[in-house]
Amino acid sequence: MSDIPKADELFKSIDYNPPLTGWMETPVDFSPGHWCYPAKPEKIAYMDKKLPGLWGTPREWVPSEEDWKLPANWKETVVNGFRERLKKFRSLQLFMDICVRCGACADKCHYFIGSGDPKNMPVLRAELMRSVYRGEFTLAGKILSKLTGSRVMEENVLKEWFIYFYQCTQCRRCSLFCPYGIDTAEMTMMARELMHLVGLNTNWIMEPVSNCNITGNHLGIQPHAFKDIVDFMVDDIEEVTGRRVKAPLNEKGHEILFITPSGDVFADPGIYTFMGYLLLFDYLDLDYTLSTYASEGGNFGSFTNNESMKKLNAKMYAEAERLGCKWILGGECGHMWRVIHQYMDTMNGDNQWSGMTTPKSPITGTVFDTAAATKMLHITEFTADLIKHNKLKLDPSRNDHLRVTFHDSCNPARGMGLLEEPRYVLKHVCNNFFEMPPATIREQTFCCAGGSGLNTDEIMEIRLRGGLPRGNALRYVQEKHGVNLMACICAIDRATLIPLADYWAPGVAISGTHELVANALVLEEGEVRTMDMRQEPLPGFEDEDDDWTPPNMEDA
Amino acid sequence: MNALYSLLFVFLLVLIPLFGVDAAHLRTFFGVCIPTTAFIIFVVGFVYKVITWGRSAVPFRIPTTGGQFQSFDPQLFKQNKLDCPQTGAQTFFRMVLEVFAFRSLFRNTAVSLYEGKDYPVVAYKSSKWLWLFAITFHYSFFIIALRHLRLFLEPIPFFVKGLEFVDGLLQIGAPVMYLADVGLVVGVLLLLGRRLVLPRINYISYVSDYFPLFLILAIALSGIYMRYYAKVDIIAIKELTMGLVTFHYVVPETISVSFFVHVFLVSTLMVYFPFSKLMHMPGVFLSPTRNLPNDSRAKHHVNPWNDPNIKAHAYADYEKEFGVPMAEAGLPLDNPENGIPKDKA
Repeated sequence: MSDIPKADELFKSIDYNPPLTGWMETPVDFSPGHWCYPAKPEKIAYMDKKLPGLWGTPREWVPSEEDWKLPANWKETVVNGFRERLKKFRSLQLFMDICVRCGACADKCHYFIGSGDPKNMPVLRAELMRSVYRGEFTLAGKILSKLTGSRVMEENVLKEWFIYFYQCTQCRRCSLFCPYGIDTAEMTMMARELMHLVGLNTNWIMEPVSNCNITGNHLGIQPHAFKDIVDFMVDDIEEVTGRRVKAPLNEKGHEILFITPSGDVFADPGIYTFMGYLLLFDYLDLDYTLSTYASEGGNFGSFTNNESMKKLNAKMYAEAERLGCKWILGGECGHMWRVIHQYMDTMNGDNQWSGMTTPKSPITGTVFDTAAATKMLHITEFTADLIKHNKLKLDPSRNDHLRVTFHDSCNPARGMGLLEEPRYVLKHVCNNFFEMPPATIREQTFCCAGGSGLNTDEIMEIRLRGGLPRGNALRYVQEKHGVNLMACICAIDRATLIPLADYWAPGVAISGTHELVANALVLEEGEVRTMDMRQEPLPGFEDEDDDWTPPNMEDA
Repeated sequence: MNALYSLLFVFLLVLIPLFGVDAAHLRTFFGVCIPTTAFIIFVVGFVYKVITWGRSAVPFRIPTTGGQFQSFDPQLFKQNKLDCPQTGAQTFFRMVLEVFAFRSLFRNTAVSLYEGKDYPVVAYKSSKWLWLFAITFHYSFFIIALRHLRLFLEPIPFFVKGLEFVDGLLQIGAPVMYLADVGLVVGVLLLLGRRLVLPRINYISYVSDYFPLFLILAIALSGIYMRYYAKVDIIAIKELTMGLVTFHYVVPETISVSFFVHVFLVSTLMVYFPFSKLMHMPGVFLSPTRNLPNDSRAKHHVNPWNDPNIKAHAYADYEKEFGVPMAEAGLPLDNPENGIPKDKA
């Protein structure tokens, strides 16, 4: 990150005035830092065996070089694929035809706000595709050419697609403001499907996709290692709470299968959220199991094509059937929930086994009809219901050292409408809760700029630029209310918001919602805790006899 | 440059009937043949495009949700029924507001950057100008189009008469000035001005964005010229238009050339319509991010091209691959043989 400008320098470099050259004539910057690394050939080769014909030829190639080693018939493949998808997706066909370029979306994209690059205006990002649609498929476009914004498919056009459709996180903020609901996420998904057909892809997406298929999770954690990690977390929970929790893995005959993104198992601070789930379930004596085979809720397939999205999602129902689970509880994850909420039952509902039932909380008896088709419940819905029925003894003062704000993850917010449940949970587990400005939260929330497989370090400057709107809103509540923690319900957020906050609002930490639930959860009468889930001392609850200093407090 | 090309093109379009009618005396051609052909192209093109959309599948329900969804506890978590509809009726009302009130556009904000006291600030403020311009333009256009029904229907329906009365309520000038005429001209000029003045909007504007605006402006101005200045023979015009509707074609000699200019421009618009972005008019009704209820977690829907052959990576294969370390870690196995190392088996 050494060559990334300081925050205020970067801010000053943003210019919203478009260049003097038209967008078709403005050259694209292919220098390193503007693209994610292409996929390793073996990852492509593996997926091509599983879902043949969708991935192009596996090969080594570098975007900064002139020759991208495209297959000889690449143009035909892309144009035919385009034509096929116009029939398969009314959204694509319609969004190609009806945009009036009113510009309402232009300043809604976080990448545009942070970069000023006109091709990051959703209208122009989509024009990269529309221009080809007009030039290849419409009579008017064929006759009238550039004046009406049409062009034919050429190598530099495809290369431009690669740069800019991997600079869209499919957050859908533009879609909210569009008078016709044109959704750039849909177009990005289609453009990526087409690019995959000729082997233009990124490793940060393809490696997770192939890992998810082999090991069940995107990090490639093998089952025994997964168990080690969970055991480790069980130890840590005991260290903090004195309670040895159960963490059933791959066990048959339980009512509920719990699936969360594997980011929660692997990386700090997601692990504290995972510990929160484990502690909560043990407290409730919930009849559930985890699975190493279905150990990833995040669906990286949705960043490649429909087929892999379906294939990776199908694992959840397959495992529920094998283990005999009646319904599935899902952890805190963004795009996992967009896939579950909008796609899962349509794609895989027929694969559900007959024993699945509408989720019903065994603790409160609440039947969740809203999940009657997928049989899958969001953890904040589950916990909010528990809190409402007074089933949790909570001591929010244990979170008094935290001044908390909430980051709505794009997918649950704009692809689901899950806005109130996490807030309800947070407000019951901490006393200091503050909202960021209205134009940056709820359905208007800003992306972490690392979604849809872009949370990779080789494009860090692009991510930090895209993170400006979120980071600036965070800085606002940091200055105004002393906020020092941003909670969220997405594992990618928990990974990407950390460098973002360090850059734009230094001093704000990131957490999942259930980490704070675990902090506040009173396990038994008179329970004393001196540490939070991160094993840092709880101010006001210090143990006088304990002179142990946490490792990260030694210099304090 | 794009704007200039469009303007020149519209000028050219005005010249065609001027010469055609005045010099070449092609009155029937411009009064009957052109508008009839244009109307047929409009209808066929329009229907063809909508059918093309209709034949394209809607595999998934992908509404963009703009508020709280229907939760398990509607009292505790109040559903935003309009922006996050869950039933057909709620979705209908979302669409009504979308189509008639441009609700999504009403939400528009403008972003700006400035140096704050302690740190740089990204600010958002409500920006309803585009909404205001668009609604002025579209409603004026709509009212004017409806008013024109008086030329094509006999007797004139009550709602057309009512509309005319309300539209001319201010009773300025003679003949009475219609508000919608002013609205249309002002609306077009504002939308045009926006494209010309704002650098970002200018950057994304093609010939095909300016051309319809100039064309509609020319149509409005030619209409206004006929009504307020040339004071054309309206009885004769109605004779012609009723002839078009009833297939008894007549082109009275008393109709002046300005009428033919107006009709030619309208014909151009009709021909242009199905092949252009103007198709946003029917398109807005079909947008899958707006016209579907947000209920796919609660109800089963069918994707017509869902491929049932795509299955998850089988657990049996997974266990075969990782069985040995799984057994060592004490994880349960479906097939205990998978847990035996190969060299011992």
